[in-house]
This record gives sequence, structure tokens and C-alpha cells, in this order.
Amino acid sequence: MNSFDSNPATNSLISSEADSQRTLYPYVTGTSVVGIKYKDGILLAADMGGSYGSTLRYKSVERLKPVGKHSLIGASGEISDFQEIMRYLDDLILSDNMWDDGNSLGPKEVHNYLTRVMYNRRNKFNPLWNSLVLGGVKNGQKYLGTVSMIGVHYEDNHVATGFGNHLARPLLRDEWRENLTFEEGVILLEKCMRVLLYRDRSAVNKLQIAKITEEGVTISPPYSLKTFWNFSAFENPTHGAEGSW
Amino acid sequence: MSVNNFTEPKFLVGPILRVLNRVRRQYIQNPVSTLHTLCNDVVCKMFRNQYDTDVTTWSPAGRLFQVEYAMEAVKQGSAAIGLRSKSHVVLACVNKANSELSSHQKKIFKVDDHVGVAIAGLTADGRVLSRYMRNECINYFYTYESQLPVGRLVVQLADKAQVCTQRSWKRPYGVGLLVGGLDESGAHLYYNCPSGNYFEYQAFAIGSRSQAAKTYLERKFVSFMASSRENLIKDALFALRETLQGEKLTSSACTIAVVGVGEAFHILDQETVQALINEFEIAGEEAAAPDQAGVDEPSAADDQAAPVDQSAAPMDM
Repeated sequence: MNSFDSNPATNSLISSEADSQRTLYPYVTGTSVVGIKYKDGILLAADMGGSYGSTLRYKSVERLKPVGKHSLIGASGEISDFQEIMRYLDDLILSDNMWDDGNSLGPKEVHNYLTRVMYNRRNKFNPLWNSLVLGGVKNGQKYLGTVSMIGVHYEDNHVATGFGNHLARPLLRDEWRENLTFEEGVILLEKCMRVLLYRDRSAVNKLQIAKITEEGVTISPPYSLKTFWNFSAFENPTHGAEGSW
Repeated sequence: MSVNNFTEPKFLVGPILRVLNRVRRQYIQNPVSTLHTLCNDVVCKMFRNQYDTDVTTWSPAGRLFQVEYAMEAVKQGSAAIGLRSKSHVVLACVNKANSELSSHQKKIFKVDDHVGVAIAGLTADGRVLSRYMRNECINYFYTYESQLPVGRLVVQLADKAQVCTQRSWKRPYGVGLLVGGLDESGAHLYYNCPSGNYFEYQAFAIGSRSQAAKTYLERKFVSFMASSRENLIKDALFALRETLQGEKLTSSACTIAVVGVGEAFHILDQETVQALINEFEIAGEEAAAPDQAGVDEPSAADDQAAPVDQSAAPMDM
């Protein structure tokens, strides 16, 4: 058994040449994105980590980006595919602006466009390995939606990707309400991000929070959450486990 | 080249001999343009415009005659009228059947919930273009889950018409389209021309005897923007009556369609239209007919005998 055989790309018995033309597994990935609607618009939160497998390799990856005048996108999953998606969206917004006719694509339109792109790629067995959160405000209407790598899409008052679905959304189901103020929204998001930081091994303690309102987009500079590791339950964790150390 | 149609009846012998001598001298200097000059001198007396065979041939005055002839076809169709306010667009047209036995020609098409079109000219071309517009609207909705703004639809339509003015194997569409629809900034009315031009209008009329309707609309258009939906329909019916030259306006001879903010595009049914005609007393009295006939006759002559070489080319407006 030599290293030549164990590398799937070079062993034509295991994989065909065509396989090298499509995504089989992600390499550099971002973890959860969490989004909520609040009084003036949408708040999104995501950390700045880019993992390379189990290594927390890149720690300044911006995973929240504005799209046109009315939308904000957050991505988890393969970072290079997110960069490709941003290229598609930049082209889309450019064409929309070139009409120069007073009409513009709002968050709902962008969300639907992304859904079509993700689903079509999935049908070709060459997915963009991302879960996306798309939020925005247009003409006073708030919009928050999500699309997965297989094209599953829906809108809600609060959405999350990856681990956020399991750890953050239960918190949001209990504590989210209509017309949160900005401060209340940030406190709620930080609570979710703190839980993710404690419990998600691919989370890093450096995050950004982005806000979009009718006026426009603001993405905060990176900052860290305060953590506390001295809970008595964390001391001597194997105290009651016979035979453990 | 039109030389293919050239035959030699006896009366042309004289001119031909004169020309042949000139041609012999010219040929030595410039063989290529000689053939063109030959056509010029001998053939121009046979055709009104010898630059009108191909859509891809310019005339010396800078006109494309085939495109202008296509616009002529629009003028021959029966009248179609459109008017708009800030929030609504009304399309109206005359729908005369060829005989009592046949059905009416369909001239108004729903393109989507927020867009409709009234046509004048070759209705087959109009039907094909309506199908194109429906496809565009539906494809946009599939990708964006939102309605294609009518301003963008008419640009796509105009670009499609322009292609036919620049390919030697195609002909221009012989239909004028009054497109009424909504986008983010409210209700809009556009006119799409076979030349590939499009304009936005407060109110417009196309087809035969449309000048009478245009005169009526020109008098009243300033009030349209703030008009209510009912008054807009009333004005459409009045304008339509102008094109009938004293004939009675009945709901069996006309079609009215409305689209507005919060109101999907739909064609009003016959009872509704007849009720509106009766309510506004638009049918038209016999006594009123002479007044209208006086206004309409000169304009009718204009529509039918518009001499293309004398007036400015329509597509230059």
C-alpha cells in the first residue's frame, strides 16, 4: 500500500477524472452564522474562524458581507465557495445597477436567486458547500432567510446555520420577541455566540456583528466575548467517574 | 439586386441606349459603382423607392424603408388606446369582427398579473411577442420570486424588435404594442414600435383613426396622473368613441382592460363595459355625429395616405 494509491485523486480505480471537476468535500470552513429580526432591521453574527479540518487555521475570515443596498449575507461552510458566491452576487448587483431605472433587487429577490443557484449546483452533483443566511430591509419590509447547500430554503424571524441550529435557535425560540431594540438584539446574539464558543469546537473567540436597516449596512469591527471557565462543575470533572483520570 | 426584375419592353429602348454609352465610359473608371448607377438611371422610374427591398439597406436620406413600412402596418390596424394615472393603467381597443359570423380579433393580452398589452397591426406578430413577454415575466418570477418591472420588460422587447431591423434574413415585427404595467415607482404606459424604439406615455393611441383619439387625449391628459380609476376608464371610453367616427359605441365592439396597484391585470367583461357606457352616456347621439365627422375627416386622410417620403421618418421622432 503506497501513498500513490491512498490519494483518491490519483487512483483511477477509486475515482474518475471527472471527480476532480466537482466538490466532494470542503477544505477551509466557517462555522455557524446566527441571524435575528429586530425593530429597525436585521442583525447577523458570525465568528471569524476558518478551520482546516480540525485545525483552527485562519482567524480573520470575514463571513458577513453586504450585498447591494438592501441586503446582508452570512456564510458558513467552504470559504472558497463563499468567495465564488460573492462574485456571482457582485455581477448580479452590477447588472441590476446598470439598468439605472429606479428599480432594485431586494433581499427577497437575492435570497431566491441564491436558492436557484444552490439547487442547480446540487442537481449537477457539484454543490457550493455553504449554508447561507440572507437578511435585509426594503421599503420598510424586513426579510430574513436561509439557504443550504442542497437548496433547502425558508424564511423566519430568527435563523442559524450549522451548530447554531442546535445550540442557538432553542435560545432564540424562548427569548426572541418582536421589536427588540438594537441593544437587546446584540445581547441576545452574544448569548447565542457565547454558547457556541463554549460548545462548538470550530468556534473562535473573535466575532463580528452586522446590522442592516433601511439606512444601510454596518459591520462591527472584530471583538471578543468574555468567557468564564471556573464553574465548579468544570473543576475536577472526573470526580465521580470510577477508573477515569 | 433589383436588376433581376429588369425586363426590356420596347419603350425603354431609348433610355437604355443612352445609358449604355454612359455606362461604357464609366465602367473603365469604376466597375463597382457602375452597376449601381445603371440601376439608378434605368430602374428608378419603375419603383417608388429602390432602397426598400432589404431591411438592411439604407436610403441616401438615412432611412430604413422596410422599418417604416412596418410602422405603416401598425397604422392600418384597428385603434388601440392607453392611458395612465399614478396607480392605474387602462387599455382600450376597437374590436370589430370581419362578419357577424366570425369572432372578434383578440387585441389585448394579459402578460402577467402586473402587465398587459394592447396591439395594433399584424395580430399574429402581436401574439408571438405576447408569448415572449409572458415567458420573460414567468422566468423572472421563477428566479427572483418577484415581478419583472415593466420598464425592464419593454427594453427587452425593444431590443428584440431592433434585432429584426439589422438582419437581412428577418423582417421587422409589424405590430405596435401599448404596454401597461407596474413597477416600484407606480403605473406606467409604454409604446413599443417595430423600429425598436419605445417611449413612455401619459396617454397614447395607435392604429387607424387614432389621431382623433390623440386629439381628445391631448386636451385632457394633464388631469390623468391624479385621476381616479373610474374617471380613467371613462376617458378611455370617450377616446375610443372618437375613433369610431360617429358610430355607436357598444360593448360588443370594444375591449377594456385595467391594471393597478393592488389590482391584477384583467379584461372587463361585456356587461360591466356596457354598464359603464350607459352610465357615462358615451354611446354617442346622432346629433353629435356631424361635429365629430368634421374633426375626424382630415385626420382620417392623414392616417391612410401618410406619404412617407414627404414627412419626417416616423422613427426619427
